[in-house]
Amino acid sequence: MTLDTEKIRRDFPILSRQINGLPLIYLDNAATSQKPESVIKAISDYYRNSNANIHRGVYTLSEEATALYETTRLKLAEFLNAPGSNNIIFTRNATESINLVAHAWGRKFLFPGDEILLTNFEHHSNFVPWYMLAEEKGIKLKVAPFNGNHELDLQTFAHLLTPRVKLVAVTAMSNALGTILPLDKIIEWAHANDSVVAVDGAQATPHMPIDLKKLNCDFFSFSAHKMLGPTGVGVLWAKNEHLEKMNPFLGGGEMINTVTVEKTTWADLPNKFEAGTPNIADVAAFSAAISYLSDIGMDMVRGHEKELTVYALKRFNELSDFTVYGPKDPEKQGGAISFNHNRVHAHDVGTILNEEGIAIRTGHHCAQPLMKALGVPATARASFYIYNTNEEVDALIDGLKRVNKVFGL
Amino acid sequence: MEPKNIPDPMGSLDELYREIILDHFKSPHNMGRLPNPTLQGEGTNPLCGDSVTLTLRLEENKIKDIRFDGHGCAISQSSSSMMTDAVLGKSISEIKNLGKSFKSVFGIKDNPEEPVKPMNVEEMGDLAALEGVKKFPVRIKCAILPWNTLLEIIKGK
Repeated sequence: MTLDTEKIRRDFPILSRQINGLPLIYLDNAATSQKPESVIKAISDYYRNSNANIHRGVYTLSEEATALYETTRLKLAEFLNAPGSNNIIFTRNATESINLVAHAWGRKFLFPGDEILLTNFEHHSNFVPWYMLAEEKGIKLKVAPFNGNHELDLQTFAHLLTPRVKLVAVTAMSNALGTILPLDKIIEWAHANDSVVAVDGAQATPHMPIDLKKLNCDFFSFSAHKMLGPTGVGVLWAKNEHLEKMNPFLGGGEMINTVTVEKTTWADLPNKFEAGTPNIADVAAFSAAISYLSDIGMDMVRGHEKELTVYALKRFNELSDFTVYGPKDPEKQGGAISFNHNRVHAHDVGTILNEEGIAIRTGHHCAQPLMKALGVPATARASFYIYNTNEEVDALIDGLKRVNKVFGL
Repeated sequence: MEPKNIPDPMGSLDELYREIILDHFKSPHNMGRLPNPTLQGEGTNPLCGDSVTLTLRLEENKIKDIRFDGHGCAISQSSSSMMTDAVLGKSISEIKNLGKSFKSVFGIKDNPEEPVKPMNVEEMGDLAALEGVKKFPVRIKCAILPWNTLLEIIKGK
């Protein structure tokens, strides 16, 4: 069974756009995905028909808005096979989810002399919040490297996982290289070491099935906008035992039980962590994105991207002037391929491709420690999603073949 | 629906990657580092990770020698190469004015109140080839990176 990409493409209005007189070929899905008509319509439907503030009004509109907002939470619990839904917190983005954990859990439960173990694959969003906490509290950061195949060096990871490591913060999939990390082993080992595990799921959740019951991590963060949903919505899932003991992140309306001048008490989960009026419209519209992906099936999404990756890796072999990074094995990487021309900078490659209507990412991918470990200042990255096709991969390869021509090499 | 004002794809790439630019990129002038420089400094572009390190020797307030080192795209590298040619032998105040004029080509003025003398063709020399970068707004920062680095180094002089 393969995906009916022709049918899928009709659901995404932006894919009929032209760039420089040519059809848009969007290969920057690791940065953000495009949105189907159903999500775009859900945003406008919300404002046209159901807009009201949630949780407090006794009138019809407020009840409708509350139901739309809370339905997304219930759908997410099902989508992620999460035990319960009141431990799903809505934030602005995955970055805010990780910062929430660093502030509300890290500041309370980590102490000077403790250690946090990260990997070299981390996006700045799963590096900088821990760096800030480490600076503030006198905590040591340790970074597990990757091996020659650009996979996690598990032996060194195990070696670095010492009794002082109280937290392991790790991505499920590298945004820069596509590498899938062996979370089962990491979580099993970390828990055996009494370390808490915070997973950055921003890159993995849109592209492969996630089963939080099976995964058994402590914290799991991701964003709606990389998985067909609107920008401005992030998710933090956490085990209740942590959320209940944690301090609130932001103070304000919605997150309290009672407020008197002398004492304020916190609301129950999840409201304790959702201060102020949330992004109701976009959370409501995120529901349509989850439905869209669920209808396709995440196994099918992963399968489609594997096929594209196999095809793209094969076609990249034709290009003698390019180096491809990452595992180069579709079983061990998501639908992202990072590469460089041996003489031409990634930005120049990106500009040349744009003239062909092809959108790829160039730069350090907010993963400077990873770039440093690779020994390059930047890479170019093509990343796929459900609407991408082998023909678009062909156009990418043809575009890359033009680089030498433009540069007279 | 046909989009309006479609530029010819090759046409605009030609505007960006002019032959002079590619020449400087492939065979950069004044590349490397001077031993015992009078002044030195590094400029980076945090958005893309490009970096340029300048070392220079001043004699009687004029740039007697200058080298650049770094990594980045064709635009930042060739702009660095062209800049080192352009400032060699010039006085600090001449360079400050040249830097302002060069940046104003891309609509960048550090002080909007201050009048900037437009560059004439003779002054621009090879630098004129970088004018095409104007049409690629995200790449303007690549073209001005070496200039910002130099202007920062000589700021107090």
